Amino acid sequence: MLSFFGMTFSHGVHPPDSKSLTEHVAIRRMPFPKRLALPLRQHAGKPARLLVRKGDRVQRGDMIAEADGYVSVPIHASAAGTVAAIDWWPHPDGTMAETVILDVEPWSPQIPRPRLVPDWNGLTPAQVRKAVQGGGVVGLGGAAFPTHVKLSPPADLELEWLLVNGAECEPYLTTDHRTMVEFPERVHFGIRIMMQCLGVQRAVVGVEMNKPDAIAALERTKPADLDVTIQPLVVKYPQGAEKMLIKVVTGREVPSGKLPMHVGAVVQNVGSIATIAEIFETGLPLIERVVTVTGSGVRRPSNLIVPVGAMLGDVLDYCGGLTDDAAEIVFGGPMMGSSQPDMRTPLVKGTTGVVVLTDREVKPKTTYPCIKCGHCLDACPVFLNPSRLGLLAQAGRYEEMRDAYHLMDCMLCGSCSYVCPSNIPLSQMFSLSKNMLRKQQDLVAASAPKKDVA
Amino acid sequence: MEAPRFELTASPHIKGPDSTPRIMWTVVATLVPVVGAAVWYFGPSALLVISASTAGCLLTERVFGPGGAVRDGSAAITGLLLGLTLPPGLPMWMAGLGGVFAIGFGKLVFGGLGQNIFNPALLGRAFLQAAFPEDLTTWPDMSGPWSALRGDNLALPLMSADPVATVTGATPLGLMKFEGTDTELVRLVLGSTGGSLGETAAVVILLGGAYLALKKYLDWRIPVAIFATVALLSALIHLLDPSKPGALFMLFSGGLMLGAVYMATDMVTSPTTPRGAWIFGFGIGALVVLIRLWGGLPEGVMYSILLMNALVPFIDRATKPRLFGTGKEAMA
Repeated sequence: MLSFFGMTFSHGVHPPDSKSLTEHVAIRRMPFPKRLALPLRQHAGKPARLLVRKGDRVQRGDMIAEADGYVSVPIHASAAGTVAAIDWWPHPDGTMAETVILDVEPWSPQIPRPRLVPDWNGLTPAQVRKAVQGGGVVGLGGAAFPTHVKLSPPADLELEWLLVNGAECEPYLTTDHRTMVEFPERVHFGIRIMMQCLGVQRAVVGVEMNKPDAIAALERTKPADLDVTIQPLVVKYPQGAEKMLIKVVTGREVPSGKLPMHVGAVVQNVGSIATIAEIFETGLPLIERVVTVTGSGVRRPSNLIVPVGAMLGDVLDYCGGLTDDAAEIVFGGPMMGSSQPDMRTPLVKGTTGVVVLTDREVKPKTTYPCIKCGHCLDACPVFLNPSRLGLLAQAGRYEEMRDAYHLMDCMLCGSCSYVCPSNIPLSQMFSLSKNMLRKQQDLVAASAPKKDVA
Repeated sequence: MEAPRFELTASPHIKGPDSTPRIMWTVVATLVPVVGAAVWYFGPSALLVISASTAGCLLTERVFGPGGAVRDGSAAITGLLLGLTLPPGLPMWMAGLGGVFAIGFGKLVFGGLGQNIFNPALLGRAFLQAAFPEDLTTWPDMSGPWSALRGDNLALPLMSADPVATVTGATPLGLMKFEGTDTELVRLVLGSTGGSLGETAAVVILLGGAYLALKKYLDWRIPVAIFATVALLSALIHLLDPSKPGALFMLFSGGLMLGAVYMATDMVTSPTTPRGAWIFGFGIGALVVLIRLWGGLPEGVMYSILLMNALVPFIDRATKPRLFGTGKEAMA
């Protein structure tokens, strides 16, 4: 099933990978900025519950907000300092969110402290999960799903595979690439922790073939006592989508509406795996991450270790600032990331990169009517009919989109919009349609007649 | 720092190189050699007819279409294709009127680009065929100097062509149907036969089609399905009844090349699903053979495509692609 040659899924698109700006630039550590903004909502699930008040002094690594329930993780101070305010602040998702503003103490040495996360040796899987949640670890690939939940599969499901996602199929981004090249041992240590925790015997690391140095580094440091395969993958978007990776490596399609666990696989991003290893190595929770700051609109494209909560303006300043023709700033990759209007917006746990596009690189504004060319059908990795879905969305026929054209299987990867010659914002329309259906459902649920208690 | 105004767009923030005008103008570019071949064979008449139909299309799009729509190139394609389906001796005013009808009633009444059900060029041609049946089936004799007009191209508007001005000849399909005469295959392939302007340049049309298929600007499945169906069906029939023409004659005569490569593949009026494209092409091929061999007309490409155009919404609905994670590929 696994082959030496690259493997891939059907359909998908080939945007220029644009990684040459940073793929050979070593990771550097960005100095602490004067101020940090730490939103309480940096993960999928319930936002963390605030523990500090204005004026409180915190040490680097201190918990400033605790996990609120099971699908939630705590937030830690990424630097020693004083809580300057707790306020509504611009959030990467485009809203204003409750945020702890921290004035960093310039004289603080920010030295490592006694372990905040226990040593991994001798921990049971349950203790590992607890430590991972306590360390505030979430998926670093962008979705920021709490990692300890992924480490706790239901007992009735038999898991066979740990799939490590090193595809990094988003153009421009090189954080996973650099992590694999510079910290391959850490990746393998993370794989060991996860395999033990999940009780799986096989791990496969999928890496796109445009990162030969990463593949070589992982091969070189592979531990002898674990069944780990490094699988080269064809360079194609969205190769790193969970369902695509599973299909490629295991030959199985995750049934529509089901989770990877249902085909016996757990997928974890390589950056998250390295982070799991890192918190056990250093004893510090997740308070910094690797971010690619790149694009032709940045003067000094870099791979940086950035403290969580560093603001966009500070990060860009450290990278030499913007060029005169910088036109759009995107958090994450250009295919699924989100545009940012505000320099105060913090980089959070799920921020994989900052991509600055120039005037020439931004999307054209003109759209044309759908000419039914079918290019979107050839692009859609889950075999939807985006052309038809788009027409239905324009007509507001959301139920038909869901019931007859499988809208809910759309993962908003953006492949259809990317290829559309008429420049129709298909994935934006699908995201909107999904939200409309969700709202509708909530309304129906709210207006349903309540059972008479008396 | 002083914050400049940044773009705010929904993801994805980058866009592939293809655009609708680029596709349309590429098609126009590949039609230029086809027009060139028509002029080579039929002389200045070809240019007059094609210019008239194209002018009719562009003018109608400009006057009644949405602002700037002429620039997307789709009306130019319709005009060129319509011109290529017409006989070389047709009065220019008829060709122009055909263009007006093609865009006005073939496209704009449906709501403009992307909304029409039928191929506009073929609808224009069908209109002309119904309105001026005689002029549309008057095929000039190919004798005389290259520069001679092939008919009364310059007839005044609302006047029919002066019959004296035209020495009539016949098309290979007409010869086959009504006189039982065969035409040499080499002449068919190279196009040195009577017929409509674009009926005659098989090689040029195929080259243009191959280029467009490589660029993915047309779905190769449609012409392949049409050719395969026509070839297999007519070969089979020829085997049973040798008086009927063979596969090669059927492939290279009449408007099949132009129709299969440039008209049936019109993105707007053909299925979007791969399986749909096969069904669509098969249907056209079968109808062409039926009409040519047993219908009242010598040629049936136009009606075959228009008939299948009408079925496209149903074909699309019936051939939805398999959803990822369903069917036998999904592991429950």
